[in-house]
Amino acid sequence: MTGNTVMRATDVHKRFGRLEVLKGVSMEVERGETVCVIGPSGSGKTTFIRCINHLEKIDGGRIEVNGHLIGYREHRGKLVEDSERSIARQRTQIGMVFQRFNLFPHKTAIENVVEAPMRVLGTKKGEALADAERLLARVGLADKHGTYPGKLSGGQQQRVAIARALAMQPALMLFDEPTSALDPEVTGEVLTVMEELAHDGMTMIVVTHEMGFAREAADRVVMMDGGVIVEEGTPEHFFTDPEHERTRQFLSKIL
Amino acid sequence: MLAAFDWHILWQRIFHPDHAFALALWRTVYIAVVAQILGVALGLLAALMRMSRLVVLRALSNTYTLVFRGTPVIVQIFYIYLGVNLLLGFTLIPNNVNFGLFTVSGAAFAGMLALGINEGAYMREIVRAGIDSIDRGQMEAAKSLGMTTGLGMRRIVLPQAARVIVPPLGNEFNNMLKTTSLLAFIGVTELFQDAEIHYSQTFKPVEYFTAVAFWYLVLTSVWSLIQARIERRLGASDLGDEPSMRQRIVENWTSRAWLTR
Repeated sequence: MTGNTVMRATDVHKRFGRLEVLKGVSMEVERGETVCVIGPSGSGKTTFIRCINHLEKIDGGRIEVNGHLIGYREHRGKLVEDSERSIARQRTQIGMVFQRFNLFPHKTAIENVVEAPMRVLGTKKGEALADAERLLARVGLADKHGTYPGKLSGGQQQRVAIARALAMQPALMLFDEPTSALDPEVTGEVLTVMEELAHDGMTMIVVTHEMGFAREAADRVVMMDGGVIVEEGTPEHFFTDPEHERTRQFLSKIL
Repeated sequence: MLAAFDWHILWQRIFHPDHAFALALWRTVYIAVVAQILGVALGLLAALMRMSRLVVLRALSNTYTLVFRGTPVIVQIFYIYLGVNLLLGFTLIPNNVNFGLFTVSGAAFAGMLALGINEGAYMREIVRAGIDSIDRGQMEAAKSLGMTTGLGMRRIVLPQAARVIVPPLGNEFNNMLKTTSLLAFIGVTELFQDAEIHYSQTFKPVEYFTAVAFWYLVLTSVWSLIQARIERRLGASDLGDEPSMRQRIVENWTSRAWLTR
Protein backbone atom coordinates (compact mmCIF):
# COMPACT_ATOMS: atom_id res chain seq x y z
CA MET A 1 0.00 0.00 0.00
CA THR A 2 1.40 3.38 -0.91
CA GLY A 3 1.76 5.96 1.78
CA ASN A 4 -0.99 8.02 0.27
CA THR A 5 -3.76 5.48 0.29
CA VAL A 6 -6.22 6.36 3.06
CA MET A 7 -8.81 3.66 2.41
CA ARG A 8 -8.38 0.39 0.64
CA ALA A 9 -11.22 -2.10 0.30
CA THR A 10 -10.41 -5.47 -1.20
CA ASP A 11 -13.06 -7.85 -2.46
CA VAL A 12 -15.60 -6.95 0.24
CA HIS A 13 -18.54 -9.30 0.60
CA LYS A 14 -21.56 -8.73 2.77
CA ARG A 15 -24.84 -10.52 3.08
CA PHE A 16 -27.97 -9.95 5.11
CA GLY A 17 -29.32 -13.42 5.65
CA ARG A 18 -29.52 -14.96 2.21
CA LEU A 19 -29.40 -11.68 0.40
CA GLU A 20 -25.91 -10.86 -0.83
CA VAL A 21 -25.65 -7.08 -0.88
CA LEU A 22 -21.94 -6.72 -1.60
CA LYS A 23 -20.48 -9.16 -4.08
CA GLY A 24 -16.82 -8.28 -4.03
CA VAL A 25 -16.24 -4.55 -3.87
CA SER A 26 -12.72 -3.19 -4.21
CA MET A 27 -11.86 0.48 -3.99
CA GLU A 28 -8.94 2.69 -3.12
CA VAL A 29 -9.08 6.26 -1.95
CA GLU A 30 -6.01 8.48 -1.90
CA ARG A 31 -5.29 11.20 0.62
CA GLY A 32 -7.19 14.37 -0.24
CA GLU A 33 -9.41 12.62 -2.74
CA THR A 34 -13.17 13.01 -2.86
CA VAL A 35 -15.01 10.02 -4.23
CA CYS A 36 -18.72 10.05 -4.94
CA VAL A 37 -20.54 6.74 -4.85
CA ILE A 38 -23.71 6.70 -6.90
CA GLY A 39 -26.17 4.01 -7.81
CA PRO A 40 -29.81 2.98 -7.55
CA SER A 41 -31.28 2.13 -4.16
CA GLY A 42 -30.44 -1.42 -3.16
CA SER A 43 -27.16 -1.25 -5.02
CA GLY A 44 -25.21 -1.68 -1.78
CA LYS A 45 -23.58 1.75 -1.69
CA THR A 46 -24.82 2.67 1.78
CA THR A 47 -23.98 -0.77 3.12
CA PHE A 48 -20.52 -0.40 1.66
CA ILE A 49 -19.64 2.84 3.42
CA ARG A 50 -21.14 1.52 6.65
CA CYS A 51 -18.68 -1.35 6.38
CA ILE A 52 -15.79 1.11 6.19
CA ASN A 53 -16.27 2.13 9.84
CA HIS A 54 -17.52 -1.31 10.80
CA LEU A 55 -21.10 -0.31 11.55
CA GLU A 56 -21.72 -3.39 9.44
CA LYS A 57 -19.62 -6.51 9.73
CA ILE A 58 -18.25 -7.94 6.51
CA ASP A 59 -18.42 -11.56 5.44
CA GLY A 60 -15.40 -11.55 3.20
CA GLY A 61 -12.53 -9.42 1.95
CA ARG A 62 -10.78 -6.71 3.94
CA ILE A 63 -10.95 -3.01 4.55
CA GLU A 64 -7.96 -0.96 5.60
CA VAL A 65 -7.90 2.66 6.69
CA ASN A 66 -4.50 4.31 7.07
CA GLY A 67 -2.98 0.87 6.69
CA HIS A 68 -4.92 -0.60 9.62
CA LEU A 69 -7.31 -3.46 9.09
CA ILE A 70 -10.79 -2.30 10.16
CA GLY A 71 -12.90 -4.37 12.53
CA TYR A 72 -10.78 -7.49 12.35
CA ARG A 73 -7.36 -8.75 13.25
CA GLU A 74 -5.45 -11.55 11.63
CA HIS A 75 -5.15 -14.69 13.65
CA ARG A 76 -3.42 -17.70 12.08
CA GLY A 77 -4.23 -16.52 8.61
CA LYS A 78 -7.87 -15.95 9.43
CA LEU A 79 -9.71 -12.74 10.18
CA VAL A 80 -11.37 -12.59 13.59
CA GLU A 81 -13.45 -9.69 14.82
CA ASP A 82 -11.49 -7.19 16.82
CA SER A 83 -12.29 -6.15 20.40
CA GLU A 84 -14.88 -3.44 20.86
CA ARG A 85 -12.34 -1.07 22.34
CA SER A 86 -10.01 -1.49 19.41
CA ILE A 87 -12.80 -0.98 16.87
CA ALA A 88 -13.85 2.15 18.76
CA ARG A 89 -10.29 3.46 18.56
CA GLN A 90 -10.21 2.86 14.79
CA ARG A 91 -13.48 4.73 14.38
CA THR A 92 -11.97 7.89 15.84
CA GLN A 93 -10.08 8.13 12.56
CA ILE A 94 -13.22 7.89 10.45
CA GLY A 95 -15.88 10.58 10.62
CA MET A 96 -19.39 9.77 9.53
CA VAL A 97 -22.31 11.94 8.52
CA PHE A 98 -25.68 10.21 8.42
CA GLN A 99 -28.69 10.69 6.21
CA ARG A 100 -30.84 11.44 9.24
CA PHE A 101 -28.20 13.58 11.02
CA ASN A 102 -28.45 11.61 14.29
CA LEU A 103 -27.56 14.62 16.40
CA PHE A 104 -27.90 14.06 20.12
CA PRO A 105 -31.21 15.81 20.87
CA HIS A 106 -30.49 16.26 24.59
CA LYS A 107 -27.38 18.29 23.87
CA THR A 108 -26.93 21.74 22.38
CA ALA A 109 -25.10 22.21 19.09
CA ILE A 110 -21.77 22.86 20.78
CA GLU A 111 -22.28 20.05 23.29
CA ASN A 112 -22.83 17.71 20.34
CA VAL A 113 -19.50 18.81 18.91
CA VAL A 114 -17.41 18.59 22.11
CA GLU A 115 -18.90 15.34 23.40
CA ALA A 116 -16.61 12.88 21.60
CA PRO A 117 -13.36 14.89 21.79
CA MET A 118 -13.85 15.25 25.55
CA ARG A 119 -15.14 11.77 26.35
CA VAL A 120 -13.20 9.72 23.82
CA LEU A 121 -9.97 11.61 23.19
CA GLY A 122 -9.83 13.22 26.63
CA THR A 123 -9.43 16.73 25.22
CA LYS A 124 -9.56 19.47 27.88
CA LYS A 125 -12.85 21.33 28.04
CA GLY A 126 -11.46 24.74 27.15
CA GLU A 127 -9.60 23.39 24.16
CA ALA A 128 -12.56 21.31 22.97
CA LEU A 129 -14.87 24.31 23.24
CA ALA A 130 -12.50 26.55 21.30
CA ASP A 131 -12.21 23.90 18.58
CA ALA A 132 -15.97 23.47 18.47
CA GLU A 133 -16.57 27.22 18.16
CA ARG A 134 -14.14 27.31 15.26
CA LEU A 135 -15.84 24.32 13.56
CA LEU A 136 -19.32 25.73 14.04
CA ALA A 137 -18.10 28.98 12.50
CA ARG A 138 -16.65 26.99 9.62
CA VAL A 139 -20.05 25.44 8.87
CA GLY A 140 -21.67 28.86 9.27
CA LEU A 141 -23.40 28.24 12.59
CA ALA A 142 -21.34 30.29 15.04
CA ASP A 143 -24.52 31.90 16.39
CA LYS A 144 -26.28 28.59 17.05
CA HIS A 145 -23.90 27.00 19.53
CA GLY A 146 -26.37 27.02 22.42
CA THR A 147 -29.32 25.79 20.38
CA TYR A 148 -30.83 22.33 20.74
CA PRO A 149 -31.11 20.25 17.53
CA GLY A 150 -34.91 20.30 17.79
CA LYS A 151 -34.83 24.04 17.11
CA LEU A 152 -32.53 23.82 14.11
CA SER A 153 -33.59 23.29 10.51
CA GLY A 154 -32.56 20.08 8.74
CA GLY A 155 -29.77 21.83 6.90
CA GLN A 156 -28.47 23.38 10.10
CA GLN A 157 -28.62 20.04 11.89
CA GLN A 158 -26.64 18.38 9.13
CA ARG A 159 -24.02 21.10 9.28
CA VAL A 160 -23.70 20.60 13.05
CA ALA A 161 -23.33 16.88 12.35
CA ILE A 162 -20.47 17.64 9.95
CA ALA A 163 -18.80 19.83 12.59
CA ARG A 164 -19.29 17.05 15.15
CA ALA A 165 -17.54 14.52 12.91
CA LEU A 166 -14.72 16.97 12.06
CA ALA A 167 -14.07 17.60 15.76
CA MET A 168 -12.40 14.19 15.95
CA GLN A 169 -9.91 15.31 13.27
CA PRO A 170 -10.56 12.22 11.18
CA ALA A 171 -8.36 11.05 8.35
CA LEU A 172 -11.41 10.10 6.33
CA MET A 173 -14.96 11.40 6.20
CA LEU A 174 -17.89 9.21 5.15
CA PHE A 175 -21.14 10.81 4.02
CA ASP A 176 -24.19 8.57 3.77
CA GLU A 177 -26.67 10.38 1.52
CA PRO A 178 -26.20 13.57 3.55
CA THR A 179 -28.82 15.59 1.70
CA SER A 180 -31.46 12.95 1.00
CA ALA A 181 -33.52 13.80 4.08
CA LEU A 182 -33.37 17.55 3.46
CA ASP A 183 -35.81 19.93 1.86
CA PRO A 184 -34.52 20.97 -1.58
CA GLU A 185 -34.04 24.60 -0.55
CA VAL A 186 -31.54 23.72 2.19
CA THR A 187 -29.48 21.04 0.42
CA GLY A 188 -27.34 23.82 -1.05
CA GLU A 189 -26.03 25.03 2.31
CA VAL A 190 -24.90 21.52 3.22
CA LEU A 191 -23.33 20.83 -0.17
CA THR A 192 -21.44 24.13 -0.01
CA VAL A 193 -19.89 23.12 3.31
CA MET A 194 -18.95 19.75 1.84
CA GLU A 195 -17.44 21.34 -1.27
CA GLU A 196 -15.30 23.62 0.89
CA LEU A 197 -14.21 20.61 2.88
CA ALA A 198 -13.22 18.77 -0.30
CA HIS A 199 -11.29 21.77 -1.60
CA ASP A 200 -9.50 22.04 1.77
CA GLY A 201 -8.07 18.60 1.12
CA MET A 202 -10.25 16.36 3.29
CA THR A 203 -10.42 12.75 2.14
CA MET A 204 -14.09 12.02 1.56
CA ILE A 205 -16.31 9.20 0.40
CA VAL A 206 -19.76 10.51 -0.38
CA VAL A 207 -22.80 8.43 -1.18
CA THR A 208 -25.02 10.87 -3.00
CA HIS A 209 -27.27 11.53 -5.94
CA GLU A 210 -26.22 15.16 -6.13
CA MET A 211 -24.46 15.21 -9.50
CA GLY A 212 -23.93 18.95 -9.10
CA PHE A 213 -21.78 18.21 -6.09
CA ALA A 214 -19.97 15.46 -7.98
CA ARG A 215 -19.18 17.92 -10.77
CA GLU A 216 -17.94 20.60 -8.34
CA ALA A 217 -16.01 18.58 -5.83
CA ALA A 218 -15.48 14.96 -6.80
CA ASP A 219 -12.18 13.67 -8.13
CA ARG A 220 -13.77 10.39 -8.99
CA VAL A 221 -17.25 8.93 -9.31
CA VAL A 222 -18.02 5.29 -8.62
CA MET A 223 -21.20 3.73 -9.89
CA MET A 224 -22.51 0.72 -7.95
CA ASP A 225 -25.29 -1.62 -8.94
CA GLY A 226 -26.29 -5.03 -7.69
CA GLY A 227 -23.54 -5.16 -5.08
CA VAL A 228 -20.64 -4.52 -7.43
CA ILE A 229 -18.84 -1.50 -8.85
CA VAL A 230 -20.08 -1.13 -12.40
CA GLU A 231 -18.07 1.82 -13.56
CA GLU A 232 -15.56 4.27 -12.24
CA GLY A 233 -14.18 7.52 -13.62
CA THR A 234 -13.93 11.28 -13.46
CA PRO A 235 -17.14 13.31 -13.16
CA GLU A 236 -16.62 14.48 -16.78
CA HIS A 237 -16.53 10.88 -17.92
CA PHE A 238 -19.88 10.26 -16.28
CA PHE A 239 -21.46 13.38 -17.72
CA THR A 240 -20.16 12.98 -21.23
CA ASP A 241 -19.50 9.40 -22.01
CA PRO A 242 -20.64 6.75 -19.52
CA GLU A 243 -19.73 3.31 -20.78
CA HIS A 244 -22.27 1.00 -19.31
CA GLU A 245 -25.90 0.82 -20.22
CA ARG A 246 -26.90 0.59 -16.53
CA THR A 247 -24.95 3.75 -15.76
CA ARG A 248 -26.66 5.59 -18.64
CA GLN A 249 -30.06 4.47 -17.48
CA PHE A 250 -29.38 5.50 -13.92
CA LEU A 251 -27.97 8.90 -14.88
CA SER A 252 -30.85 9.62 -17.20
CA LYS A 253 -33.20 9.13 -14.27
CA ILE A 254 -31.44 11.40 -11.80
CA LEU A 255 -30.14 14.16 -14.07
CA MET B 1 -74.90 -4.94 66.16
CA LEU B 2 -74.94 -1.38 65.09
CA ALA B 3 -71.73 0.38 65.83
CA ALA B 4 -71.60 4.04 65.05
CA PHE B 5 -68.56 5.34 63.24
CA ASP B 6 -66.34 6.99 65.81
CA TRP B 7 -65.42 10.27 64.19
CA HIS B 8 -63.32 11.24 67.16
CA ILE B 9 -60.80 8.47 66.42
CA LEU B 10 -60.50 9.50 62.80
CA TRP B 11 -60.07 13.12 63.87
CA GLN B 12 -57.38 12.18 66.39
CA ARG B 13 -55.48 10.04 63.92
CA ILE B 14 -55.46 12.76 61.31
CA PHE B 15 -54.92 15.92 63.31
CA HIS B 16 -53.16 14.68 66.45
CA PRO B 17 -50.89 11.86 65.33
CA ASP B 18 -48.77 10.44 68.14
CA HIS B 19 -45.06 9.78 68.14
CA ALA B 20 -45.42 6.09 67.22
CA PHE B 21 -47.44 7.11 64.22
CA ALA B 22 -44.82 9.60 63.07
CA LEU B 23 -42.19 6.89 63.28
CA ALA B 24 -44.39 4.50 61.28
CA LEU B 25 -44.96 7.15 58.63
CA TRP B 26 -41.23 7.80 58.39
CA ARG B 27 -40.60 4.06 58.08
CA THR B 28 -43.09 3.74 55.24
CA VAL B 29 -41.39 6.57 53.40
CA TYR B 30 -37.80 5.42 53.76
CA ILE B 31 -38.60 1.80 53.05
CA ALA B 32 -40.38 2.84 49.86
CA VAL B 33 -37.53 5.14 48.81
CA VAL B 34 -34.76 2.63 49.48
CA ALA B 35 -36.71 -0.21 47.83
CA GLN B 36 -37.43 1.93 44.77
CA ILE B 37 -33.80 2.97 44.40
CA LEU B 38 -32.77 -0.67 44.67
CA GLY B 39 -35.46 -1.56 42.13
CA VAL B 40 -34.25 1.04 39.64
CA ALA B 41 -30.65 -0.11 40.03
CA LEU B 42 -31.59 -3.77 39.57
CA GLY B 43 -33.95 -2.96 36.72
CA LEU B 44 -31.25 -1.03 34.89
CA LEU B 45 -28.75 -3.82 35.46
CA ALA B 46 -31.22 -6.48 34.29
CA ALA B 47 -32.17 -4.42 31.22
CA LEU B 48 -28.52 -4.06 30.23
CA MET B 49 -27.88 -7.75 30.92
CA ARG B 50 -30.80 -8.58 28.67
CA MET B 51 -29.03 -6.81 25.79
CA SER B 52 -25.70 -8.48 26.51
CA ARG B 53 -23.93 -10.63 23.98
CA LEU B 54 -23.40 -13.28 26.66
CA VAL B 55 -26.13 -15.90 26.80
CA VAL B 56 -25.58 -16.46 30.53
CA LEU B 57 -26.34 -12.85 31.39
CA ARG B 58 -29.41 -12.78 29.16
CA ALA B 59 -30.71 -15.99 30.71
CA LEU B 60 -30.08 -14.67 34.21
CA SER B 61 -31.99 -11.49 33.44
CA ASN B 62 -34.91 -13.38 31.92
CA THR B 63 -35.11 -15.83 34.81
CA TYR B 64 -35.04 -13.01 37.31
CA THR B 65 -37.97 -11.30 35.62
CA LEU B 66 -39.87 -14.53 35.19
CA VAL B 67 -39.58 -15.50 38.84
CA PHE B 68 -40.14 -12.14 40.47
CA ARG B 69 -42.98 -11.02 38.26
CA GLY B 70 -44.53 -14.46 38.30
CA THR B 71 -44.85 -15.00 42.04
CA PRO B 72 -46.75 -12.95 44.64
CA VAL B 73 -44.72 -10.24 46.31
CA ILE B 74 -46.04 -11.32 49.73
CA VAL B 75 -44.48 -14.75 49.17
CA GLN B 76 -41.22 -13.10 48.17
CA ILE B 77 -41.29 -10.99 51.33
CA PHE B 78 -41.77 -14.00 53.59
CA TYR B 79 -39.25 -15.98 51.63
CA ILE B 80 -36.51 -13.42 51.91
CA TYR B 81 -37.24 -12.63 55.54
CA LEU B 82 -37.49 -16.24 56.73
CA GLY B 83 -35.92 -18.32 54.00
CA VAL B 84 -32.66 -16.61 53.08
CA ASN B 85 -30.83 -17.19 56.37
CA LEU B 86 -32.09 -20.76 56.43
CA LEU B 87 -30.99 -21.54 52.89
CA LEU B 88 -27.65 -19.79 53.02
CA GLY B 89 -26.74 -21.31 56.37
CA PHE B 90 -25.48 -17.97 57.64
CA THR B 91 -27.10 -14.74 58.74
CA LEU B 92 -27.52 -12.48 55.75
CA ILE B 93 -30.38 -10.74 57.44
CA PRO B 94 -29.48 -9.96 61.08
CA ASN B 95 -31.86 -8.76 63.76
CA ASN B 96 -30.78 -5.19 63.34
CA VAL B 97 -29.05 -3.50 60.47
CA ASN B 98 -27.07 -0.36 61.09
CA PHE B 99 -27.07 2.16 58.24
CA GLY B 100 -24.90 4.65 60.07
CA LEU B 101 -27.52 7.37 60.39
CA PHE B 102 -30.18 5.00 61.60
CA THR B 103 -30.72 1.37 62.48
CA VAL B 104 -33.48 -0.71 60.99
CA SER B 105 -34.89 -4.01 62.13
CA GLY B 106 -33.99 -7.17 60.27
CA ALA B 107 -37.60 -7.38 59.12
CA ALA B 108 -37.50 -3.89 57.64
CA PHE B 109 -34.19 -4.69 55.96
CA ALA B 110 -35.56 -7.92 54.49
CA GLY B 111 -38.68 -6.01 53.45
CA MET B 112 -36.69 -3.37 51.59
CA LEU B 113 -34.67 -6.08 49.93
CA ALA B 114 -37.75 -8.04 48.88
CA LEU B 115 -39.66 -5.02 47.60
CA GLY B 116 -36.58 -3.74 45.80
CA ILE B 117 -35.83 -7.04 44.10
CA ASN B 118 -39.47 -7.44 43.10
CA GLU B 119 -39.55 -3.89 41.79
CA GLY B 120 -36.40 -4.49 39.75
CA ALA B 121 -38.20 -7.10 37.68
CA TYR B 122 -40.83 -4.55 36.68
CA MET B 123 -38.31 -1.76 36.23
CA ARG B 124 -36.38 -3.92 33.80
CA GLU B 125 -39.29 -3.78 31.40
CA ILE B 126 -39.70 -0.03 31.87
CA VAL B 127 -36.00 0.65 31.31
CA ARG B 128 -36.05 -1.63 28.30
CA ALA B 129 -39.00 0.20 26.78
CA GLY B 130 -37.14 3.47 27.42
CA ILE B 131 -33.98 2.27 25.71
CA ASP B 132 -35.96 0.77 22.82
CA SER B 133 -37.73 4.08 22.26
CA ILE B 134 -34.42 5.77 21.39
CA ASP B 135 -33.62 5.74 17.69
CA ARG B 136 -30.89 3.25 16.75
CA GLY B 137 -29.11 6.03 14.90
CA GLN B 138 -28.17 7.55 18.25
CA MET B 139 -25.98 4.61 19.21
CA GLU B 140 -24.61 4.45 15.66
CA ALA B 141 -23.64 8.10 15.82
CA ALA B 142 -21.99 7.54 19.20
CA LYS B 143 -20.06 4.57 17.86
CA SER B 144 -19.04 6.42 14.70
CA LEU B 145 -17.44 9.00 17.00
CA GLY B 146 -15.33 6.33 18.65
CA MET B 147 -17.49 5.61 21.68
CA THR B 148 -17.78 2.10 23.04
CA THR B 149 -21.27 0.68 23.57
CA GLY B 150 -20.95 1.31 27.29
CA LEU B 151 -19.99 4.96 26.88
CA GLY B 152 -22.65 5.52 24.23
CA MET B 153 -25.22 3.98 26.52
CA ARG B 154 -24.18 6.14 29.47
CA ARG B 155 -23.72 9.44 27.67
CA ILE B 156 -26.17 9.27 24.79
CA VAL B 157 -28.89 6.64 25.07
CA LEU B 158 -29.68 6.47 28.79
CA PRO B 159 -29.99 10.23 29.34
CA GLN B 160 -32.58 10.29 26.55
CA ALA B 161 -34.26 7.12 27.74
CA ALA B 162 -34.52 8.62 31.24
CA ARG B 163 -37.16 11.04 30.04
CA VAL B 164 -39.22 8.16 28.75
CA ILE B 165 -38.61 6.14 31.89
CA VAL B 166 -39.51 8.79 34.47
CA PRO B 167 -43.32 8.88 34.09
CA PRO B 168 -43.85 5.12 34.50
CA LEU B 169 -41.18 5.18 37.22
CA GLY B 170 -43.32 7.70 39.06
CA ASN B 171 -46.26 5.34 38.90
CA GLU B 172 -44.09 2.55 40.18
CA PHE B 173 -43.14 4.63 43.20
CA ASN B 174 -46.76 5.46 43.84
CA ASN B 175 -47.41 1.71 43.92
CA MET B 176 -44.37 1.15 46.10
CA LEU B 177 -45.62 3.59 48.74
CA LYS B 178 -48.74 1.47 49.11
CA THR B 179 -47.12 -1.94 48.73
CA THR B 180 -44.95 -1.30 51.80
CA SER B 181 -48.12 -2.08 53.78
CA LEU B 182 -47.47 -5.77 53.08
CA LEU B 183 -44.45 -5.59 55.36
CA ALA B 184 -46.88 -5.47 58.28
CA PHE B 185 -47.12 -9.23 57.84
CA ILE B 186 -43.47 -9.73 58.79
CA GLY B 187 -43.75 -7.35 61.72
CA VAL B 188 -42.47 -4.09 60.32
CA THR B 189 -44.23 -1.30 62.17
CA GLU B 190 -45.03 0.91 59.24
CA LEU B 191 -48.29 2.79 58.65
CA PHE B 192 -50.48 -0.24 58.15
CA GLN B 193 -49.23 -2.17 61.17
CA ASP B 194 -49.50 0.95 63.29
CA ALA B 195 -53.19 1.01 62.39
CA GLU B 196 -53.51 -2.71 63.05
CA ILE B 197 -52.02 -2.35 66.52
CA HIS B 198 -54.58 0.30 67.40
CA TYR B 199 -57.58 -1.52 66.05
CA SER B 200 -56.67 -4.74 67.80
CA GLN B 201 -56.70 -2.80 71.05
CA THR B 202 -59.92 -0.91 70.39
CA PHE B 203 -61.88 -3.08 67.94
CA LYS B 204 -62.54 -0.05 65.77
CA PRO B 205 -61.04 -1.24 62.50
CA VAL B 206 -62.99 0.96 60.16
CA GLU B 207 -61.97 4.17 61.91
CA TYR B 208 -58.29 3.25 61.97
CA PHE B 209 -58.20 1.95 58.43
CA THR B 210 -59.99 5.05 57.20
CA ALA B 211 -57.32 7.13 58.89
CA VAL B 212 -54.49 5.07 57.44
CA ALA B 213 -56.06 5.26 53.98
CA PHE B 214 -56.10 9.02 54.38
CA TRP B 215 -52.38 9.05 55.16
CA TYR B 216 -51.50 6.87 52.19
CA LEU B 217 -53.51 9.28 50.09
CA VAL B 218 -51.47 12.16 51.50
CA LEU B 219 -48.21 10.38 50.64
CA THR B 220 -49.25 9.52 47.10
CA SER B 221 -50.65 13.01 46.51
CA VAL B 222 -47.47 14.68 47.67
CA TRP B 223 -45.55 12.33 45.41
CA SER B 224 -47.69 13.09 42.38
CA LEU B 225 -46.93 16.80 42.86
CA ILE B 226 -43.20 16.08 42.99
CA GLN B 227 -43.52 13.81 39.96
CA ALA B 228 -45.27 16.50 37.95
CA ARG B 229 -42.46 18.93 38.76
CA ILE B 230 -39.78 16.45 37.67
CA GLU B 231 -41.57 15.75 34.41
CA ARG B 232 -41.96 19.46 33.71
CA ARG B 233 -38.24 19.98 34.21
CA LEU B 234 -37.33 17.04 32.00
CA GLY B 235 -39.53 18.33 29.21
CA ALA B 236 -38.20 21.88 29.46
CA SER B 237 -35.26 21.64 27.08
CA ASP B 238 -37.18 20.45 24.06
CA LEU B 239 -39.55 22.97 22.69
CA GLY B 240 -38.29 22.42 19.18
CA ASP B 241 -40.17 21.26 16.11
CA GLU B 242 -38.99 17.65 16.25
CA PRO B 243 -41.59 15.25 17.66
CA SER B 244 -41.07 16.42 21.19
CA MET B 245 -39.75 14.32 24.01
CA ARG B 246 -42.94 15.16 25.87
CA GLN B 247 -45.06 13.61 23.14
CA ARG B 248 -42.86 10.58 23.15
CA ILE B 249 -43.20 10.29 26.91
CA VAL B 250 -46.96 10.51 26.75
CA GLU B 251 -47.07 8.07 23.89
CA ASN B 252 -44.86 5.62 25.69
CA TRP B 253 -46.66 6.02 28.95
CA THR B 254 -50.05 5.40 27.47
CA SER B 255 -49.09 2.49 25.29
CA ARG B 256 -45.95 0.53 25.72
CA ALA B 257 -45.27 0.67 29.43
CA TRP B 258 -48.74 -0.59 30.20
CA LEU B 259 -48.71 -3.33 27.64
CA THR B 260 -45.62 -4.82 29.19
CA ARG B 261 -47.27 -5.12 32.57
